[in-house]
This record gives sequence, structure tokens and C-alpha cells, in this order.
Amino acid sequence: MDLSLTEEQEMLKKMARDFLAKECPKTLVRQMEEDEKGYTPDLWAKMAELGWMGLAFPEAYGGGGGAFLDLAVLLEEQGRACLPGPFFSTVVLGGYTVLDAGSEEQKKQFLPRIAQGKEIMTLALTEPSATYTAEGIELTATPEGEDFILNGTKLFVADAHVANHLIVAAKAPRGGVTLFIIDAKSPGISYTQLKTIASDKQCEVVFDKVKAPKPSILGAPGKGWLEVEKMLQRAAVAKCAEMVGGAQQVLEMTVDYAKQRVQFGKPIGSFQAIQHHCANMAIDVDGCRFITYQAAWMLSEGISCTKEVAMAKAWTSEAYRRVTALGHQVHGGIGFIKDHDMQLYYRRAKAAEVTYGDAEFHRETVAREIGL
Amino acid sequence: MDFRFTPQQEELRREVRAFLEAERKQGTYETDIDAWIEGWSPEMSKKIGQKGWIGVTWPTQYGGRGWTYMDRLIITEELLRYGAPVQAQWPGDRQIGPSLIKYGTEEQRKEFLPKIIKGEIAFALGMSEPEAGSDLAGLKIRAMGKDGDFLFNGQKVWTGGAHKADYIYIVARTDPDAPKHKGISEFIVDLRSPGVTVKPLVDITGRTHLNEVYFDNARVPRSGLIGQINRGWYQIIAQLDYERSGLERVMSNYPLFEAIQDYTRKTTRNGKPLSEDPVIRNNLAELRVEYEVGRWLIYRIAWMLTQGKLPNYEAAESKIFGTAYQQRLAAEAMRILGLSGQLVEDSPRAPLKGWAARSTMFSLAYTIMGGTSEILRNVVAGRGLGMPSE
Ligand SMILES: Cc1cc2nc3c(=O)[nH]c(=O)nc-3n(C[C@H](O)[C@H](O)[C@H](O)COP(=O)(O)OP(=O)(O)OC[C@H]3O[C@@H](n4cnc5c(N)ncnc54)[C@H](O)[C@@H]3O)c2cc1C
Repeated sequence: MDLSLTEEQEMLKKMARDFLAKECPKTLVRQMEEDEKGYTPDLWAKMAELGWMGLAFPEAYGGGGGAFLDLAVLLEEQGRACLPGPFFSTVVLGGYTVLDAGSEEQKKQFLPRIAQGKEIMTLALTEPSATYTAEGIELTATPEGEDFILNGTKLFVADAHVANHLIVAAKAPRGGVTLFIIDAKSPGISYTQLKTIASDKQCEVVFDKVKAPKPSILGAPGKGWLEVEKMLQRAAVAKCAEMVGGAQQVLEMTVDYAKQRVQFGKPIGSFQAIQHHCANMAIDVDGCRFITYQAAWMLSEGISCTKEVAMAKAWTSEAYRRVTALGHQVHGGIGFIKDHDMQLYYRRAKAAEVTYGDAEFHRETVAREIGL
Repeated sequence: MDFRFTPQQEELRREVRAFLEAERKQGTYETDIDAWIEGWSPEMSKKIGQKGWIGVTWPTQYGGRGWTYMDRLIITEELLRYGAPVQAQWPGDRQIGPSLIKYGTEEQRKEFLPKIIKGEIAFALGMSEPEAGSDLAGLKIRAMGKDGDFLFNGQKVWTGGAHKADYIYIVARTDPDAPKHKGISEFIVDLRSPGVTVKPLVDITGRTHLNEVYFDNARVPRSGLIGQINRGWYQIIAQLDYERSGLERVMSNYPLFEAIQDYTRKTTRNGKPLSEDPVIRNNLAELRVEYEVGRWLIYRIAWMLTQGKLPNYEAAESKIFGTAYQQRLAAEAMRILGLSGQLVEDSPRAPLKGWAARSTMFSLAYTIMGGTSEILRNVVAGRGLGMPSE
């Protein structure tokens, strides 16, 4: 057993932390919350230059040959910095799904472009039913000659409005789910931005007789849900890694504040009630870390880990929420103010909690896995 | 990172399991909850000693095997999973041995370590006193020099297993004039010494595990002193971390967890197994997740020790977390059992051997013994997060 990061991972972590401290200050995070696109092409290009987008993809496709675990390390730092923009959508939802399910041609077409920062991708999965089940997919794909025609509505599609391509999950004509890679600017696609608690960029995407040529099918027709399940596992753990980074930052920020803020002539951090809040936060932060990295490591190694992924997301979702709530309590009034960083994390924690399955959803998986 | 065990460790785990299966089948023991606290069986401990599974991290010259803390954790994990009666060996293996290796004389090591390893002697832990619980450094018991020996006068309390053990580890005041923390020393005392009286206490479960131990001019030879005189407070810190960071802090009532899961699969209500009830599924899954989180907090400490790093606040974190989870487990088991949950083990119709009722009572102690959760949160905040004292 080895619970430490490798030297290279430690370097990646440090480099990412330094880079984000400089290039992604909270002023930018705040600006991007208000920005229509939600990211700056400048920072995007710099991240690509550092090799972040291709980090975990094979060298044959222009990637860095890293593992999912390396990506988790990077995502932890991104979560710590509240990095805005379509990195998660492009790499975790888009690129990884192409890598996993795509034909050789599709991999060659998309992965190098992703690695170079030239391609933004996302996943159009959930619908107004807002569930993560195959039955929730009602968008239809009707055959027409060699092509398919897509009709329906997708919701909570992150960064769809800035994407070059969408991976769309559709109900296959003969049952099951088929995935397509669709040009995001295809005629018949329209976008409406949703306003979310985390001020991230999620869209409603309407498909009105959108043409999907046969070669745009990703993976085996009708068998798309298997890919979606794998994708959801990666996404859940990737989200956990972001949450671990955010939780760590909230803990540090809160403890620093408690040491400085004076009331009754003493730092509030000397009061036991405050100390115990902070101790509880520390336990939650460490608790999330190991259960998340266990799942990330198993995904990296290709070990089947349905239970471990579910445990990680079930736990981290709620632990991050607790950590941010206690962080607010310790900060008192100041954390409530938009100018303060605390609220950035609290809002993101809530969004992360419900994305890719909330705690109850994942506990049901755990129940099944332990034979209940 | 690598969350795998080595093939040798997997093999060790299989061996320990096979042994525990076989001994259970043979009737050497029955699985019980809290069996590391009140499962007294010198016979079982000797068998485990013969297998070479006590003191495994200790140097080979004393009969240890020089294995890692991870190996030790694997062994203790299985002992706890099977709920084997290992009280007799537990304090010796967990903390007295390591203390002697760090601070003891060569003589003490040669005297005690091989016997602990063979499961031949048992220790009780004499720290708490009526006036010194959380504020352990406030202890009053005196150990005053007398003709090269020490004369003990005073009282210890909550001494688990003292009525059965051979020796008691004691922290006592050796310099009453020095500041509180600077006049304390550590000793090993033979419980059969003249002047030592053990009075058992009956606890909330109706069982006898705890004791008062009185010292009335009990003479202890100088060879009973561990390490330096008046340095006891500084020596004990590491020992407390060992005491707090084992898997017993998350697995004390583990057999109840398996039993209640099994119960929900086999019990039907309104024509359906209880395990199909959504609330039960959710709650048991939640406990399963908490158990996993607690387990990693503890594995992390064994891993740190394996790396030669000393845990600091991490032991406190693991105990706070694990003990709270175990109390929730007891509560959920009671909730699922409904009215029959209240039936204790010797009652007719008691489900799951009455474990849920007993754990509901005994688990109260988890967050008190070995450092209360409040004190441990102080440790996390102070030692871990560097927060100022009031
Ligand atoms: C089943 C069981 C087995 C035990 N086995 C042993 C044993 O083998 N050997 C041994 O030596 N002892 C043993 N103990 C004793 C145990 O270590 C003490 O009970 C424990 O340290 C608490 O001390 P106390 O009971 O005097 O409570 P107190 O210290 O009086 O505490 C009472 C309450 O006040 C709180 N409190 C105290 N100080 C503070 C503070 N500074 N900040 C915040 N809150 C505070 C505590 O958290 C607790 O809630 C055992 C106890 C039990 C219940």
C-alpha cells in the first residue's frame, strides 16, 4: 500500500497550484460567473500549453500519457481554485468518452485537438426528467436514409453554448441508447443558458430535426448506456477530486481566519466551539480524500469499482457541504458577502453535491453492491 | 498511490481468517462484539501467540518479526471482524510493547516482550483516577522513592480488566513539588503485589469489566520504572496515539453490522424482505460508507508509521470519526429491530444475540474511553490545525 502521490504527481500539484494562484485569481472567478462564455480563451490556451487537456490521454493522440489518477490530482487543484470554464466538460465528459468508446478515426479526429486546446466538448445526457438512468433518455434518433434525425431536449448541459461538439445520448430506434458526436453548430440546435446556484454555465439544448450522419455514432448503436455508466463513474470521481480540493481550501481559509479574527480580546480560534467546528471540518476533509483517491486509483488501474465510486460520491457530496457550511459559521457575517471567497465554495459545493448522482442515489448503489 | 496489499499481506489475511474460522468451528470461541475489550481468553491469546501474530512489528531479537504496521493492521482487522476474544493480549500488543521498545531498559524488554508475544501475560492500563480523567496530568497517585524501590499510595479507576490481568501499567506522581506535567513517571506494576487491591465495578450492561485499583503502601521495585523519572508525561503521548488509532475504533461492534445486514435479508415485513425497504437500504448503505471512510483514516496511520512518520492529530481524527460511526450503527440496528431490539442477550427471543441492545449501552463508552471526543477535537484543533489556546 502506498497512500502518497508520486514525485511527478507532487510536482504537477505544485505547478498547478502556483499556476492557478497566478492565472486564476478570485477576481477572474467572479468575472467569469458574470461572463456569458464563462472562460477566457487566454487562460484556456495557457492550460493547453501546460499539457493539461491531454494530460491523461495516450501519447499516440497527442496526450501526455498520464493516468486518471494524475487527472484527479489536477482536478483537486482546479477545485481548490474554483477554476471556471469547460475543462471538466471537455476532458472528463468529452475526451475520455471518445477515448473509451470512439473508433480509431474519432480518437484521431478529436483527442489531439482537445490536447491542443482547439476543441471544446461536452455531454448532453440529462433531460427534463433529471435522472441518471437509461429510461430518462427520451430524445429520439429516427433513421432517415444513412443518417439519423434527433428530436428532443437536453438539460443541464455544461458549457454547451461554447462547445464545438456535443456527445448526445439518444433513445435508439430499436431500444437502448445510442451516443452521437454532433457538431454543436448544426442547424436545428438551440441553446438557452440556465441560471445556476454555482453560476456555472449550464444550458438547455433543444434538438429540432437535427441531422446526425451515421459516422457520428460513438460506440455501439443501442449500447450507449454502458458507455454512459463508465462516463458517469469517471465524472463522479472527478467531481469528488474537485470537491476535495475545494474542501481543503475552505478548511485552510477558515482556520486562518479563526486565528486572526479577534472578539472578546482573543482570537476566535481560541474558543473551543470554534476549534471543534474546525476539527470537524478537518476530519471531513481527510475523510473525503482517501475514499476519493481509492476510487480514482481503481479507475486508473482498470479495477472494477462500482461500490467504491458510489461510496466516494455519496460521502464527499455531503462532507463538502458540511465543510462549507461550518466554514460559513466560523466566518460569521463576512462570509455572507459576495466579495468574500467563502460563498464561492458554498455555492459550488451544493451544485457538486447534486451533479452525477447525489448521496442518496449513490447509497442505493452501495446498498445493491453489499447485497441488500 | 497504490491501495493494494502485497501478495504476502493477502496471504497473511487468508491465514488469519482460516485460523479464526477453524478455531470458531472447534468451539475455542464464539464471535462477540467488543471482544477486544471484554473478551477474556488467555487460551485464545496463547494460540494467536503461537501463530506469531502478536508483537509482529517488534524487533526479532525479542521474538518479534520486524513486520510493518500495515501487517499488524491486517491481523487486528481480522481479529475484530471475527469478534475473537483478544482482550488479554490487546494492551500489551498495542501500546505496552511499543512503549518498552522506545523507553524501556534492555532488562524490561527481555522480561516482558517475549511473554507478550506468546500471549502469556496480560496488562491493564492504569491512567485514569477519580480526580483525573480528561485532565490526566492532574493525577494524584504517589510513587515515592523508598530504599531504592517505590512506595505507591492512591487510587486508579476505570481500569479495564485489572481483575484478570497480571500487570498494570501506571502513570504516577513521582515529584509532587514539580509543575503538574513534570512530576509524572510511568511504571509497570505486578497486580499481585502486596498492598494492591482490585475492586470490580458493574457497568451499564450489567457486566464486570472496569475496576477500581487501590494502592496502600504497595512496594514496586525500581525495575518497574519505564524510561526516565519525571518524564512520563512526555513519554506517554506516543502511546496514547497507538491507543487511539487502531481499527478497534471503527470495528468494535463490527459483528453487529454484519448481523443486522443479514437480518434484513432474512426477515420479511408485509411480504417483502426488509432489505428492500428504501429507508433501510439508504441507512445501511450510509453506514457502510462511513465504515469505509473510518477504515481509511486508520489505515492512513498505519501507513504513516510504516513510512517512519509519527502520527500526530491523525490518531485523534480517526477515533472521533470511528466511534461516532459505531454509535450510529448501534442506533440503526435498534431502529431496524423495533420492539425486539430492547431484548438483551439472555432473554428469550433476543434477536442477534442481544447485540443491538448491548451495543446501545456499551457504545456510549466509545466516545469517552481512550480520550473523549471533546478532548480529541481539542487535539485536532491545537496540534493539528495550530489553533491558539484560550
Ligand atoms: C468503558 C471504559 C473503559 C475505560 N478503560 C480505561 C482503562 O482501561 N484505563 C484507564 O486509565 N481509563 C479507562 N477509562 C477511563 C477514560 O479514559 C475516562 O473516562 C476518560 O478519559 C474521561 O475522563 P472522565 O471519565 O473523568 O470524564 P471527565 O474528564 O470528567 O469529562 C466529563 C466531560 O467533560 C468533558 N471535558 C473535560 N475536559 C474538557 C475540556 N478541556 N474541553 C472540553 N470538554 C471537556 C469531557 O469531554 C466529558 O464530556 C475507561 C472508561 C470507560 C467508560
